[in-house]
Amino acid sequence: MPTAPQTTDKIPVTVLTGYLGAGKTTLLNRILSEPHGKKFAVIVNEFGEIGIDNDLVVNADEEVFEMNNGCICCTVRGDLVRIIDGLMRRKGKFDAIIVETTGLADPAPVAQTFFMDEAVGAKTKLDAVVTVADAKWLKDRLKDAPEAKNQIAFADVILLNKTDLVSPAELAEVEARIRAINPYATLHRTERSKIAIDEVLGRNAFDLDRILDIEPKFLEADDHDHDHHHHDGHDHGDHHHHHGHGLNHYHDEDMQSVSLRTDKQLDPDKFFPWVQDLVAKDGPSILRSKGILAFKDDPERFVFQGVHMILDGDHQRPWRADEKRESRIVFIGRNLPEDKIRQGFASCAA
Amino acid sequence: MSDTGAAIPSLADRVRAVNAGGTIVGVHFLGQAPVFVLGEEALLFTGADGEKRIAVHAGAILSSAADAGRIVTGGDDGSIVTTDAAGEHTSIATDEKRRWIDHVALGPDGAIAWSAGKTAFVRVKSGEVRKLDAPSTVAGLAFAPKGLRLAIAHYNGATLWFPNASAAPERLEWKGSHLGVAFSPDGKFLITTMQESTLHGWRLADAKHMRMSGYSARVRSLGWTADGKFLATSGSEQLILWPFDGKDGPMGKQPRLLAPSQARVSVVACHPRQPVVAVGYANGVVMLLRIDDGALILAKPEGDSPVSALGWDSTGQMLAFGTEAGDGGILPL
Repeated sequence: MPTAPQTTDKIPVTVLTGYLGAGKTTLLNRILSEPHGKKFAVIVNEFGEIGIDNDLVVNADEEVFEMNNGCICCTVRGDLVRIIDGLMRRKGKFDAIIVETTGLADPAPVAQTFFMDEAVGAKTKLDAVVTVADAKWLKDRLKDAPEAKNQIAFADVILLNKTDLVSPAELAEVEARIRAINPYATLHRTERSKIAIDEVLGRNAFDLDRILDIEPKFLEADDHDHDHHHHDGHDHGDHHHHHGHGLNHYHDEDMQSVSLRTDKQLDPDKFFPWVQDLVAKDGPSILRSKGILAFKDDPERFVFQGVHMILDGDHQRPWRADEKRESRIVFIGRNLPEDKIRQGFASCAA
Repeated sequence: MSDTGAAIPSLADRVRAVNAGGTIVGVHFLGQAPVFVLGEEALLFTGADGEKRIAVHAGAILSSAADAGRIVTGGDDGSIVTTDAAGEHTSIATDEKRRWIDHVALGPDGAIAWSAGKTAFVRVKSGEVRKLDAPSTVAGLAFAPKGLRLAIAHYNGATLWFPNASAAPERLEWKGSHLGVAFSPDGKFLITTMQESTLHGWRLADAKHMRMSGYSARVRSLGWTADGKFLATSGSEQLILWPFDGKDGPMGKQPRLLAPSQARVSVVACHPRQPVVAVGYANGVVMLLRIDDGALILAKPEGDSPVSALGWDSTGQMLAFGTEAGDGGILPL
């Protein structure tokens, strides 16, 4: 029996997050009821609100288990390990898996399950973390609900939902607040979670070969990247910065991104020990990381991404002749030691 | 080091092939008849009178166990089904919330255990069903070799429960997520497989801990040799055998590493009488290994799908195997 190469054989998994009432279930029902001809296995926390004939629906328990490996932020969703093992017995009955988390869930254990559990990682691949945010209430939740902030920080795709309930000025403000936390997610404005299904599924956001897709957002991030972000973790008096190009720029109190670039070629023998040491020490506060790297004497682009302490990287493709050989990395996290990261990255030059 | 240069003798040409047409997740013998457990719905009987497919669940089959006379299966349809050698099957219980039946186990005196969510159930000889809630989702079940005692693996440890006694269950604690569970044949040790590619063990007399590590992947298959001297395990690019012949078990001892391969061991099954282990690999190879001298015999050559099931008949004269792609085989010895 011929089998496809393992990479294409893996079942894609989309993680759907969003704070209570943001519109997650509405989005899920839209995905399931559209005439796309696909079948899904849906892992939910509560039966009842969804009921679709052709799809497999499984109840999850959201059991977050710590790994016994001395890494305090290495957690897995024990129920996902079990459920995916069970679902794979029915491989062929569905095209993709959707995991809906509760409104209070941290997406990290879900994502880490795909990296930490070899059996899960061999059969499935994480496609994207999709976060539904309430345009009217997100601003308040970012103040009082760390979970809501985590969900924004972790997202690859953000649906800024219920845009019909806010004014253009309020919308611009909430977008700026989202961008202050997560500059590289793809952001869609939606009403009643209405969106084309291929904007949500099949994103390959965790695929190293597709890390290219983040480049426009990298550039956008760089436009927002200012030298005066210096803060030492104590001085949080001034969080609002206005800039010449007319866009409100917010500095979130504890969650931010650090985006760096250099056209100096990097030394892999300096870079890898540095980044590994960084995530080993600051992994608990780094939620996501991504990078495109130009190493000295290396004709190929190296790409990497990470979740907390887990890093995944590989050569992607040769640098093109018309392409600037520069390295760019982004860290999203809580109270990131920005100066330390900047200095460390600068010291990786060959 | 084993001599991999020498050609390994092969019995592969004696194998009777079985095309199951779907993932094989287990294989058991009812008498001399090999029965393949499929990932979905059915048991495939492959006795002398030909192949017979019997649908027992309306969905995935999540777990199976067998004794001499019957196979018990748990499904994602919430039911627990027993099937006898004639293919007669009976649903002995259905979960009231139709939750997945994640695990089943067969015990002494006809007892049947299963789990759904955090709850472990035991149906005792009288037909009465008793239940116990674990602190988290039940990840594994195993009956002790003697007496009606059930071990339940869960997060941060395992629970030992006498379903017929009113005594409080005994808790064995060790941080982390415990998945599979097994008693040693003498009942002196309890072993769990863990989320992080290690085994944990307790000597039951004094709850002394044992840690067995060094695996390249999560251990998903284990079994004791007939003489109880070794615990054979998957999860590495060789067969790992932990010595259990002393009163301390493997404590302070090194495991034996045999049958090395490029591919990871995915399933193991110890011969019911001899110190021989059937070893299935992720590259589809099945080997028979004699522990005494490390001699190997090939039972199935490389294929395109991992070995997912291995089973011996009770006399050890027949081995059956199956792969994730549904390629089954029966080898008479």
